[in-house]
Amino acid sequence: MATITRTVKQGNAKGSADLATRLARFREVGIILILLLIVAGATAVEPRFLQPFNMRSILLWVPLLTVVAMGEMMVIIIGGIDVSVGSTLALAGMTVGMIWRQDSTFDIYTSTGLAILIGLAAGALNGALISWAKIPPVITTLGTLSAYRGLTFIVSGGRQIDPNYVPRELIFWSIKGPFGIDLVPWVVIIAAVVAVLTWLFLRYTKPGRNIYAVGGNRDAAQLRGVPVEWTTFFVYTITGALAGLAGVLYASRFGFVNPGETGVGFELTVIAAVVIGGTNVFGGSGSVLGVVLGCLLLGTINVALAVLGIAATWQNAVYGFVILLAVVADAIIQSELRRASTGE
Amino acid sequence: MSNPLVRSMAGTGKGNKPDMTEAKTPILEARNVYMAFGGVDVLKGINFMIYPGEVHGLVGENGAGKSTLAKIFAGVHQPRAGSLWLKGQQVHIHDPGTAVAMGIALIHQEPLTFPELDVAENIFIGRQPIRKGFPPGVDWAVMYQRSDELLKELGVDLSPKAKVRGLSIANQQMVEMAGALSQDAKILMMDEPTAALTPNEVADLFAIIRRLREQGTAIVFISHRLEEVFEISDRITVLRDGEVVGECDPRGTQVEEVIRMMVGRPLSALFDKGENHRAGKPMLEVSGLSRMMKFEDISFTVHAGEIAGVAGLVGSGRTDVARALFGALDIDKGTIKVDGEEVRFKHPRDALAKGVIYLPEDRQHNALLMPMSVSENMTLAVLEKLAPAGWLRERLERTVTQEYIDKLRIVLRQMTQSVRELSGGNQQKVVLGKWLLTRPKVMILDEPTRGIDIGAKSEVHRLMGELAAQGMAILMISSELPEILAMSDRIIVMREGRISATFDRSEATAEKVMAAAVGQVLEGA
Repeated sequence: MATITRTVKQGNAKGSADLATRLARFREVGIILILLLIVAGATAVEPRFLQPFNMRSILLWVPLLTVVAMGEMMVIIIGGIDVSVGSTLALAGMTVGMIWRQDSTFDIYTSTGLAILIGLAAGALNGALISWAKIPPVITTLGTLSAYRGLTFIVSGGRQIDPNYVPRELIFWSIKGPFGIDLVPWVVIIAAVVAVLTWLFLRYTKPGRNIYAVGGNRDAAQLRGVPVEWTTFFVYTITGALAGLAGVLYASRFGFVNPGETGVGFELTVIAAVVIGGTNVFGGSGSVLGVVLGCLLLGTINVALAVLGIAATWQNAVYGFVILLAVVADAIIQSELRRASTGE
Repeated sequence: MSNPLVRSMAGTGKGNKPDMTEAKTPILEARNVYMAFGGVDVLKGINFMIYPGEVHGLVGENGAGKSTLAKIFAGVHQPRAGSLWLKGQQVHIHDPGTAVAMGIALIHQEPLTFPELDVAENIFIGRQPIRKGFPPGVDWAVMYQRSDELLKELGVDLSPKAKVRGLSIANQQMVEMAGALSQDAKILMMDEPTAALTPNEVADLFAIIRRLREQGTAIVFISHRLEEVFEISDRITVLRDGEVVGECDPRGTQVEEVIRMMVGRPLSALFDKGENHRAGKPMLEVSGLSRMMKFEDISFTVHAGEIAGVAGLVGSGRTDVARALFGALDIDKGTIKVDGEEVRFKHPRDALAKGVIYLPEDRQHNALLMPMSVSENMTLAVLEKLAPAGWLRERLERTVTQEYIDKLRIVLRQMTQSVRELSGGNQQKVVLGKWLLTRPKVMILDEPTRGIDIGAKSEVHRLMGELAAQGMAILMISSELPEILAMSDRIIVMREGRISATFDRSEATAEKVMAAAVGQVLEGA
């Protein structure tokens, strides 16, 4: 009798595992489908949408997002949130911008390194407050969102960095590509490298696996000897560093940095991309591929709105609804999975 | 009648049995370990030794300190005093990671797994095999292969690539076991490992435990199920109130003697309700109550002016029954009558409307709004009455709050003080006051005195006695046998979701109740 029950239980478990993988695959396939749908719809209304210029706009819009989303994804996998990334981006971009104001020939690689270090320090403060001072992530990063924005104003003295201060080589990152292929500019390559490195890190290193463990079951991770505090600290620090890098990419892409404008509301777009990409908002799961697709989806929507002549004022509302759609779809899928696995 | 193989702590010294394990050095030892939580002593100078190749049963009532001791060995808690010794060397187990590195593994009643990760990673988390060559990194192929080997070694048919979400409890436990094996654990502590298993799964688990024992693993087996402890253990240690009260060899000991060691404690410090004349009419009649996987065929009656005590071990279904009576858990079958009228509660507020109240076990999370004031907490359930036009009449609120503060003798500075600042006993009285304001007919109290000091305890007991004398029907769930024995007019014992025995006050003894709770029948006791 008991043997029978056990076999049945295992059968169920296998069945739900199949279902789970199918649905998990469906998640990424789903994003691709929506992506194609938007492209098809936009092209039907406005055939010029498919022109290389617009494709390139998408490719220019996405890298900035992807770089920061890689960090935010890890933060959300570990069960946290970081809303300070927009301010960190601005602080890093502004600080190197002020150097360019003094000396527009300043080495762009040193500038990039410096921006990453500034972001790293900002992220480390977030991480330390969350890991050891045990301040909830939302509160911590809301505080630093404001604090880093304030620092940006102080550093800039209220001035903005104009295109004539931004080093030309840096602007070229967003114009020129490797081997003379300008359709895929350097910023896209940088974002792709960040995404691939993140994937390798999450898949093939112990600290990377520990992120999933801590996010999936914090108590169990602690009992298994996983360094929960350090892992959490590390994730926020890396996210800060990536936001710092994005600060330089922002200057490259837009040619200016403005203390009151750069990166404002950016955290919402990043979180949207991460959540749309299938990252579990309660932690424990998420994939690089999904999040990259989420970034592409938001980039496409953004460009499609512009090409279709829909006012920029609509953009935030559209993002908001897409996020809600993704979260609701996720909740439904999760509850279906749970029902399938308990066999009720 | 005392068995020569049973050594009570009074006459310890050397064992009277030249056991071969006595000659060996213990692999793990606790010497004079003290532990306290929030001023309550949980362990009071424990000496405990574990030998390689031995299954050591650890038994005791709820709250005797078994799990705390296991958690100290596992590095979860740090003892207040005393020392830990590994293979004859004194060690400090600062955190769970240290314990893991020392080869000490703790397997919990509820398996601690990572549901989103696959079986192989659950086994190897934090210690994944790393590829030596290029590119470096976690070697998934090797991890899957070794997981497969470990699972085969345990005789479990599980795919290493399956996600842990959706596995049965037994299989999740096997994954944890495989994890312990993978780290080459020399000491395996299992806290209630059989609580959620079917008999067949228990047999499988025991086969694995025996195999590990042959390989020289030291195993600590913590369980309420005495028959299982007797079956699997080579040695049994009995804890009571944080002290080791005895150690015995299961092969020459009767289960009853262990039960006596578990419960034998002076009852003097407790309030005694005294005899009662069951005068009232039936206020709560339950018949044939069933809920799948939780409890089955529960029938009893509580009369006005009576206190019925519900005894049973944690997980016996006591709280689920209480939750069902209060409308917080749906029932599949059976009827509930309150004051002669058949009711079917869909929601706790239905129960409240019929005069049934429930004081949950975990008052911090379930009953009190800690940052809010005493008066706000007390009037929460009767706000509608205090706010006739939707606007709270504060003077009325103050009057009724003061009335119950006096009645219940709640000690506080002022009623606007936040509940968090009160002592545990006074917090419990605030909860009591909150529900008494609703003028209930039936009170269900779940562990009413857990975690409060002895003085406050007798105060709560006195109140319960007074309420019963005024005609209230009280159903009291308690894990503390002395409390059950002192307070109850009738004792209902639950075991594995069923009522295993019912005793009248006059016939109940600690031994009988404990025997019914663990599923043993005492002969001629």
